[in-house]
Amino acid sequence: MSVVLRGGRIIDRDGERTLDVEVGDDGRIAAVGTGLSGDADLDASGCVISPGFVDLHAHLREPGQEEAETIETGARGGSLGGYTALVAMPNTDPTTDCVAVVEQVRTLGRRSTCEIIPSAAMTVDRRGTDMAPMGELVDAGVGIFTDDGTGLQDPRLMRRVMEYSTGLTGRLGRPVVLAQHCEVTALSTGGFMHEGEWSSRLGIPGQPAESEELMVMRDIALVHLTGAHTHFQHLSTAASVAMVRGAKAAGLPVTAEATTHHLTLTDAACASYDPVFKVHPPLRTDTDVQAIRDGLADGTIDAIATDHAPHAPHAKELPFDQAPPGMLGLETAFALTLDESGLDLPEVLALLSWKPAAIAGVADRHGAPILPGNPANLCVVDPDEVWTVSGAAMASRSCNTPYEGRSLRGRVRHTLRAGEPVVVDGEVCR
Amino acid sequence: MSRSDLEEILDLTDTFAEIGRRPIPKVPALRGRTVATAFFENSTRTRMSFETAARRLSADTVAFSAGSSSLSKGESLRDTVEVVASYGADLLVVRHAMAGTAHRVADWTDLSVVNAGDGCHEHPTQALLDCYTLREQRGSLDGMRIAIVGDIRHSRVARSNILAFTALGAEVVLVAPATLLPPAIDGWPVTVFHELDLLLADLDAVYLLRMQQERITEGLIPSLREYANDFGLSTDRVARMRSDALVLHPGPTNRGVEISAEAAADPRSVILDQVVNGVSVRMAVLFQLLGSGQQLVAADIEPVGDDARPEGVDR
Repeated sequence: MSVVLRGGRIIDRDGERTLDVEVGDDGRIAAVGTGLSGDADLDASGCVISPGFVDLHAHLREPGQEEAETIETGARGGSLGGYTALVAMPNTDPTTDCVAVVEQVRTLGRRSTCEIIPSAAMTVDRRGTDMAPMGELVDAGVGIFTDDGTGLQDPRLMRRVMEYSTGLTGRLGRPVVLAQHCEVTALSTGGFMHEGEWSSRLGIPGQPAESEELMVMRDIALVHLTGAHTHFQHLSTAASVAMVRGAKAAGLPVTAEATTHHLTLTDAACASYDPVFKVHPPLRTDTDVQAIRDGLADGTIDAIATDHAPHAPHAKELPFDQAPPGMLGLETAFALTLDESGLDLPEVLALLSWKPAAIAGVADRHGAPILPGNPANLCVVDPDEVWTVSGAAMASRSCNTPYEGRSLRGRVRHTLRAGEPVVVDGEVCR
Repeated sequence: MSRSDLEEILDLTDTFAEIGRRPIPKVPALRGRTVATAFFENSTRTRMSFETAARRLSADTVAFSAGSSSLSKGESLRDTVEVVASYGADLLVVRHAMAGTAHRVADWTDLSVVNAGDGCHEHPTQALLDCYTLREQRGSLDGMRIAIVGDIRHSRVARSNILAFTALGAEVVLVAPATLLPPAIDGWPVTVFHELDLLLADLDAVYLLRMQQERITEGLIPSLREYANDFGLSTDRVARMRSDALVLHPGPTNRGVEISAEAAADPRSVILDQVVNGVSVRMAVLFQLLGSGQQLVAADIEPVGDDARPEGVDR
């Protein structure tokens, strides 16, 4: 069945034009133009047709914590948020550190509404002591390695992982990406929010900004030594942004992401003592939020990521120290970025779609220009629709959104995954 | 709390302090009401103080105590609170090792919740009893210069007392090693010193905080010996204080660490008055939340006993 997206304005990496898009039943774009006819129409009037979004950082919890999320429910939330591809984090149970679990995640992903891109752990069981079988994992198609949830503490092992990864470029067909969660645990352990004015007042032990910054600094030095492509996850401090800016200026192969919560919320939110605001790295200060926005504006930060981290309600009904860190992000990312980054719509779409697609190594099928013959991974967004966030209404099995009750502008109307309309008029079709 | 809120409770405390001095210190004010103490962190003294206060007001008490271990069995804190509340309690007294827990509990229940200490955050009834003790000795806190000495960083007592002392017109000075101060206290209504000896002669009161062994394993101070040498209220130091100065400590004291045995026994020490006043202040707090409001009626504070109770009073 062919579908025509009618009445919208296209924005992709090539620019902007007002044309309709016909999607063929082969899952590819059949035609771009006017006067197109298909078996069905999807109304895109007042909307922007964009390549689908790519999240470099989603915790889909399967296998292991299906009570909080499954690949199916996480992908549904992704589709509602305009995503057509999600990079699944490997802190599953068992850890995604071997081909068997990668294949399980991929198999479950094939039945979902997004393309699920498994990442794998850099070290066995994310313990930071022994290198995971990276060659075998690369042969299974894994291009992103991360111990996310923790950073790799041992600088010697990090150096070895970096060096080893540079030898796998030929087998993967592109450089392997090492995605680092920057946190020196010797400085952060025992802290549950950003250390500063608010933590002092609230009596919640803090994590200093330096626990992130020391690892950013170390890894930039090690990239200088090894040449490995290193991707900095969820940058949260002004000094981290400045260091990545410097590394890029020096021509080092580094990329970076920021989350929507680090560009919209500060540590003041913890004054409610509600662990829905507990996240790693923690919410920081106004100065840091501004630095993240500046980093997005000048290209230091390449992508918006969600760090979508579902937790069952009872897990957040614990004292602040005992509740697990993390918050939902997939269904709110577009609106928050549009409303609060200070960037215009084409820049927002770049940060959500084609720029992360390039880092994830999926630019051939996600984030590609909207041209005949390209895979039809698309979303249609209404930049003016105002809606109210409700955790209970989300597709996620969990409801730990820190934006509950907040009114946002900008919503995803339709999402097409490989030509199939998986979201129509803001509702998931399967 | 504002100055007038604090003064209202302190004024009410006078009445309950008088009851405490009676031969039978018990009144019917909260008969038929139930006070539940939910202590997720061990505290013999605070719990005894609250239970004594409740019993003196003729309230029933139920006690829940657990380390945080029961929560690790899979029950959320919210589940636990709902179970405790379902025993028919009218008020929950919550003590927890983590900041903000009483605040969260109050979000989940319609019952009155009293914070009996939440981690490194606050210990409001301790501050009230400390203010009451100072006021009892001096008439007013206005213009007093009070030094709080020790582990401010981890102290809920310090955080509550800074707020209460300054609200009542006192000047607060913090004295601590740099590692035992909160990481960022710009804007707090305090001045900070690292040397106790520079201040001793100018203080109206010195408030010593408990020093714990674990601060050494955390690398915050080199040893208890060095701490005692630099910050302990030794016999020498107490001798250099003004004759009308006061010595306070929230207890339990580490003799020989933050305070010497002689200093604790000095006539200027009001440490035992603090314990006595703790019961009276907590009676006032429980009464304010559960009783007939702030207006005490005669029947509330009649001696307990069938003979003494006026006709028709049956709460």
